Amino acid sequence: MTTLASAPQETVSVAGPVATPRRRRGRRAGKVTAAGPLTYVLLGLTALVSVFPLYWTAVAASKTNAELAGTPPPFLPDADLFTNIGRAMEEAPIGLAIVNSVVVSSCITVGTVLCSTLAGFAFAKLRFRGNGALLALVVGTMMVPTQLAIIPLFILIAELQWVDHLQAVVLPTLVSAFGVFFMRQFLSQALPDELLEAARVDGASTLRTFWSVVVPVARPAMAVLAMLTFLTAWNDFFWPIIALTTDNPTVQVALAGLGGGYVPDTAVIMAGTLIGTLPVLVVFVVLGKQIVGGIMQGAVKG
Amino acid sequence: MTIASDDPRVAAAAAPPPAPPPGPPVRRRRRLTRNRWGYAYVAPFFVLFACFSLYPFLYTAWISLHEVRLSDIDGAEFVGLGNYTALLQNEFFWNAARNTLTIGVLSTVPQLAMALGLAHLLNYKLRGRTFYRVAMLMPYATSIAAATLVFAQLFGHDYGLINTLLEAVGFDRVDWESGTWTSQFAISVIVTWRWTGYNALIYLAAMQAIPGDLYEAATLDGASRWQQFLHVTIPALKPTILFTIVVSTIGAVQLFGEPLLFSGNGMTSGGVSNQYQTLGLLMYDQGWTNFHLGQAAATAWAMFLIILVVVGGYALLARRRARAER
Repeated sequence: MTTLASAPQETVSVAGPVATPRRRRGRRAGKVTAAGPLTYVLLGLTALVSVFPLYWTAVAASKTNAELAGTPPPFLPDADLFTNIGRAMEEAPIGLAIVNSVVVSSCITVGTVLCSTLAGFAFAKLRFRGNGALLALVVGTMMVPTQLAIIPLFILIAELQWVDHLQAVVLPTLVSAFGVFFMRQFLSQALPDELLEAARVDGASTLRTFWSVVVPVARPAMAVLAMLTFLTAWNDFFWPIIALTTDNPTVQVALAGLGGGYVPDTAVIMAGTLIGTLPVLVVFVVLGKQIVGGIMQGAVKG
Repeated sequence: MTIASDDPRVAAAAAPPPAPPPGPPVRRRRRLTRNRWGYAYVAPFFVLFACFSLYPFLYTAWISLHEVRLSDIDGAEFVGLGNYTALLQNEFFWNAARNTLTIGVLSTVPQLAMALGLAHLLNYKLRGRTFYRVAMLMPYATSIAAATLVFAQLFGHDYGLINTLLEAVGFDRVDWESGTWTSQFAISVIVTWRWTGYNALIYLAAMQAIPGDLYEAATLDGASRWQQFLHVTIPALKPTILFTIVVSTIGAVQLFGEPLLFSGNGMTSGGVSNQYQTLGLLMYDQGWTNFHLGQAAATAWAMFLIILVVVGGYALLARRRARAER
């Protein structure tokens, strides 16, 4: 279900009904004018505004409140950063939270990509009664707010005694309407019918066809979906803070605990925020180009 | 939970009756595999969907018609539409609805306008374009919790950088958190910060799909760059713009994490005088602070109805305009 995976803003967008269908590959598409100096200034400012709060986290994590309020304000972190990180890790189980977040996000990613590829393939290429209605149901789910599911889900996990267990976060988040739609859009264009026909003529079973024909074609889209799903799962907030407590938190739950008023020291809160955010930012810097490409690709398909 | 069977056909049967497949009419050759394997492929998704989406949605509807306490779920008492009428008379509901609307407008309109401008800039031939794109997407990779904690620090009254800078240029310190407009503005800034770059990339992708000859023709007609932007770029981007408006609206109605953590004390009231309590926060407050599940469920359904009405309104408007232009 999308609604649990995240705010639909995150989930829906990438493969929306965006596309101007007249995309043309090749030189003609888009306009190509060299940028003037003002463009660079504006873009530079935007990049600065985008990155500065993250940098400021490191500065604020190494200063006392009084130092932060000084004139001029400090603009470089200092060695207290590491002391404060140590204190943050004592105040909140951030080490455990990072391990939990890795486990939860990985499980959600593998499950979502698998389910979405299977269902996306069926919706793209197979005829079965009611496929149109089922697809409409999937797409319609993207409009449903998370709030509509959490009360019964909470009752359910309370009955199963899953509160504070990671499967309570993983299972409901596996349902990604966006993922199904995304894979369907990709496969209906990228997978030629002839290929499936050929596999059938060769006598390949349906399952065999899936593994040796569909999956290889789907791989690039699966990679994009995996990156986006992992990011969304890592950052997911609403359902985890209901399903988990700070005894066995994900990073977001631990951060919510840190910011919940029990820690009076801003530097410690900022140090915790920094440590909890760093893993995903490192991944993002490494894969940033691919993620940007994935989002833009997804926006045009559809 | 009877729906949650392993038989894919049962999951399939849970869906409304068949309708013609949506989407553009593709040149459809004889579809290859006309067999029942389709159900097997969609089964894993729909089993999960039935358990963790469809069943909760319906159960929430049932709860919204009952007086239910978190401590005693079996002791639910049927109250009909009582929770809904109570909601309509509840000043907190109207306050939260107003706050959700103003924060929604404050965070969506400037955000999408800026994203459009940025996409236009990114569409020039640039040195180091990957750098700008990745930098702009960094906020999207930052979680709501982390972003809100950092911005709560930046907007802090005594030690926040923003007030320090304001004071340095001769203004008074602003108590961002306690004012209605100031707190809603600050929360909108967090939302805008997180999503502008993302939407800029969506627009950029659509801009790159506009055929170059349209611009060439416009140049030959003597159109300035600004005129080209207005009369070539914007019309071609209309579907994408509508789409981002819809998605941002759906997100705005559910706004929850930012107002929850902005207070700095984890309270669900959204400020001392509820000045930034959103519908999402109110629903959480009703269910998990006051244990009124029936009320919370009614609020959740109200949120869904609001989304349906607003998105339906957009769709009508878009259709009417498209017809008017023809």
